[in-house]
Order: sequence, then structure tokens, then C-alpha cells
Amino acid sequence: MTTSAYDVEPGDAVHPGDPVVVDRYTTGARINHWITATSLVLLAISGLALFHPKLFFLTALFGGGQNTRAIHPWIGVILFFSFLGLFLRFWRANLWEHTDNVWLARLRDVLGAREDRLPEVGKYNAGQKVVFWSMSLLIVVLITSGVLIWDQYFSDYTTVEQNRVAVLVHSLAAVTVICVWIVHVYAAIWVRGTIGAMTRGQVTGGWAWRHHRKWLKELVLGRPKDQKTGATPAE
Amino acid sequence: MFPPLPNPSVQPVPPKFGEQDLISRSASTITPPAQRQTEVAKLIDTSKCIGCKACQVACLEWNDMHEEVGVNVGVYDNPPDLTPASWTVMRFTEWVNPETKDLEWLIRKDGCMHCEDPGCLKACPAPGAIVQYSNGIVDFVHENCIGCGYCVKGCPFNIPRISKVDHKAYKCSLCSDRVAVGQGPACQKACPTQAIVFGTKDEMKKWADIRIADLKSRGFKNAGLYDPPGVSGTHVMYVLHHADQPEIYAGLPKNPRISPIVDLWKGLTRYAGLTAIAAFAAIGVLHHLVKGPNRVSPEDEQRAKQLAGDRVS
Repeated sequence: MTTSAYDVEPGDAVHPGDPVVVDRYTTGARINHWITATSLVLLAISGLALFHPKLFFLTALFGGGQNTRAIHPWIGVILFFSFLGLFLRFWRANLWEHTDNVWLARLRDVLGAREDRLPEVGKYNAGQKVVFWSMSLLIVVLITSGVLIWDQYFSDYTTVEQNRVAVLVHSLAAVTVICVWIVHVYAAIWVRGTIGAMTRGQVTGGWAWRHHRKWLKELVLGRPKDQKTGATPAE
Repeated sequence: MFPPLPNPSVQPVPPKFGEQDLISRSASTITPPAQRQTEVAKLIDTSKCIGCKACQVACLEWNDMHEEVGVNVGVYDNPPDLTPASWTVMRFTEWVNPETKDLEWLIRKDGCMHCEDPGCLKACPAPGAIVQYSNGIVDFVHENCIGCGYCVKGCPFNIPRISKVDHKAYKCSLCSDRVAVGQGPACQKACPTQAIVFGTKDEMKKWADIRIADLKSRGFKNAGLYDPPGVSGTHVMYVLHHADQPEIYAGLPKNPRISPIVDLWKGLTRYAGLTAIAAFAAIGVLHHLVKGPNRVSPEDEQRAKQLAGDRVS
């Protein structure tokens, strides 16, 4: 990490006014996210239905057990490619920085909404980056183990013992993804003004100032290297 | 010779067991009946089997299954493996006895063992797709099967097969329909050498003792009964001439048990997983109740306005 990351993504823009409005996500990114989100929820419901007998009734939402079994892997394929799109859009702004360690070390202040005690955050804070990278890793684990246990098409290419390991790994990874998803959704609800980024692609300037000040400054002032004042690189 | 089961009356009779005799049902909690039925068992005597495959034919015929015409793969096994239509297959092994240097032709009729502790049933996520009757028969109920293949992962003997046609799991039913009206399984009925006998589990063990004593008297000093304790015993048992090494019979497992991976998946993972999910959700709710929402203040908006107004035209 020799240079301070410049987190502005294509499409990010500031519109002065009252309040200031900041473009955070393009229409393409939002559609991409909606497909991913819908797929993940459907996968969680259909997966949990086959995970615990008490939740088997959820198969009714998909037209019965046979249909649930048949459709779940295909939704997984959609999720994988959809998330791949999100990954390609967002990976750069999610690269880990020194300040992310500071942010994580002050998790108590994060949960206490004491933004004044936290370092200025770029487009994504350390929590969002943890969500991003754990989702990336877990989705790779899930698609890999999922294909192995996709009995309809791949049973001839795997051994029973491989399938046993795969189904255990798949369930553990799925539980973890659901927990990460809960953190992701809760953070979006708790931090008021966030949902607009998902629905309309916009947040207010105050939201950006409070939660992603470095990003807002970059948007307004341009790249750090262009600034005469010069942000201190984390060297 | 074991006295053959008499031919039953042709008069219709009510089934001897049914729903009320279930001792376990997949993905369900049931109260087992107070009175357990006498346990039945099929005993397969590998030392008497001549590999005629009459049992395979009888199985296809009774269960009205039509195996695809296959190809000769160079060995006697035909079809080469169990399929959704072939619930039993003779497995042939040519084995040189290291002590006698004799070539022994080991023939084992493979198929569902009807475990007392069935791994398929434990792994099955569909309520009622796999049931275990109190007489020991483990049966697949196809209208409840969803075709996920979890039973294949649960089975320590690699028995169930998923149909590519209707996506349901198939395996030997121990002819539960025949047993219910007092008949033996079709394979047993067809066996010309009494290599397959059927009766109560106690009878079969006693008969096996006689067979084992006979084999020992003929020099098979390791002859014995295969009724593996790792799955709490089975309702299909083998008499093996070399019971000390069951794996020479086309890979019959020496100490079969439900895989610890399956136990972990169906046990701890399930409870810990749902607990973790519930805990994360509960922590979120609690945090919100205690801390309240994290709102943007008018001050924040003002600062943003200053920043944006100053620098952006």
C-alpha cells in the first residue's frame, strides 16, 4: 500500500443543492445488485428448506420439493454470474487499506455511531469491505461445492465421499453467507439514508459527509495527487 | 435345508404392517409404536451362490422394472452397477486365496442392507420419503422423494440410485409389499440353491450358525456372519467364507457406519447453523433497540453543502 486509494467509481457525482445529492450507484450497478439480492434471498429460502425439516414447508413457495431441488442450483448459477458482475464493478474500491485496520479496531465506536472518532472513510468502510470479500470468497466456495452436489448433472463425475465433504462445506458456507447477509442488510437499515443508494442510486451529501467523507472529498476535490494540499499517503 | 416359506393363500389378506408400524420417518418426528414387530431378515449365503442371476430377474419381474439393454464390460457383472431399475446386482470377484493358492470365485448379491441405523433416512431432507418399519424394512416412498441425492451421501454401502427419468431415488424394498402379505422377497423365492433365505432375524442368525459350522468343517476357518454393528446390524445379512476380510467381496465395507461427515452435517451444523443465523438477527434487533437509528444530522448536510458549494460550480 504505497498510495492512498482513490475510491471514486464511474458514475459517482456530486450535485450541489439543498440538500446536496450524490450519485453513488449507476442504473447498471443497481440492476446488477437487485438480481444478486433476489437470487441470494431465493437461494437462502430454498436452501434452508432442504437444510432443516422444520423449514421444509418453504418448498411450497417453489412449487414443491422436486421443483425446489431442481431450481435451487440454477438460481445459484444466476447468482454466481450476477455477483461476478458486482465483483468486477466494486473490487478496486474494496481493496484493503491501512485505515481499514484502524476503523475495525474502533468497532465499538462504529456500533456506537461515533463517526467523529473514526478515520475518514472512502467509498467503502472496512465493514463493507469485509462483507464484499467474504461474499466473494463464500460464493466461490458455494458454487464449487454446489456443482459437486448437483446430482442431476454432475453425479457421474464425483465420488460419494467427495459429495459428503461438498455438502458439509456447502451448508457451512451457506450459513455463513446468510449471517454476512444479515450484517449487510442490518447495516443498511441502521444507517439511515443508505437504502436510497440501492433503490435510486443516490444519497444525500450529509450522508456521504458523515459516513464516507474521504470519498465525498475525492468527488468534490478530485484525485489526491491533483490536490495541492495532498492527502497523506498511508506509507 | 432351510424349510422354504409355504406358498400363501391366494385369498386377499390385510397387510401385516403399515403406517402404524413406522419406527422412523425421514425429516419427521414420530412416536414409534409401543409394540415392535418381529424383525425380519434376508440371509445371503455367498458360499451357496452360483451366480445364476435368477434373483436379478425375479427382482425386475416382481417390481415391474425394465433395465436398458447394456453392453458387456468384460466381466460377468451385468449390469455393471446398481441402477434405478436394477435394485440388486451379482458382483463377481476372482480371488486367489494366498494360503491355498486356490482361485476362488466370490459372488456377492449386492443391494440394500436395510440397516437398523439407516444413513439414507438420516440424510433425507424430505418428510416421509424414507421410512423404517418396526420389522426392520427400510423403504423409499417415491411420492415424497425430491431427488436431491442426499440418501446416496448418507448410505454407507453406496446403494440408492437416482433416476434420470423421474428424478426419484430407488433401491431394494425387501419386497415390502410381498412381506406384508406373508411372502418372502422375490429374489429369495427365485433362488435355486437356497443361497437366499428369508425369515425372522433370529431364525436367520440361527440358520447362519449352522451354515458357518458347516463351512468351518470344510476348512473355511474364517467363515462368519456379516451383520455389521457399526449400523446397529442389518436386515440383509451375508454368510461369508472369509468373514475376516469382507472387502474381498467386491468391496463390501469391513466396518460400515454412517460417515462422520454426514453426522456432522446433519447434527451439529444444522443446530449451530440455525442458532448462528438467529443470533445474528437477534443482535441486529437488540442493537437497533438500544442504539436507535444512525441518522444524518442537519450539521452533516450543512458541511456537505459547504464543501460542495465551495468547490463545485
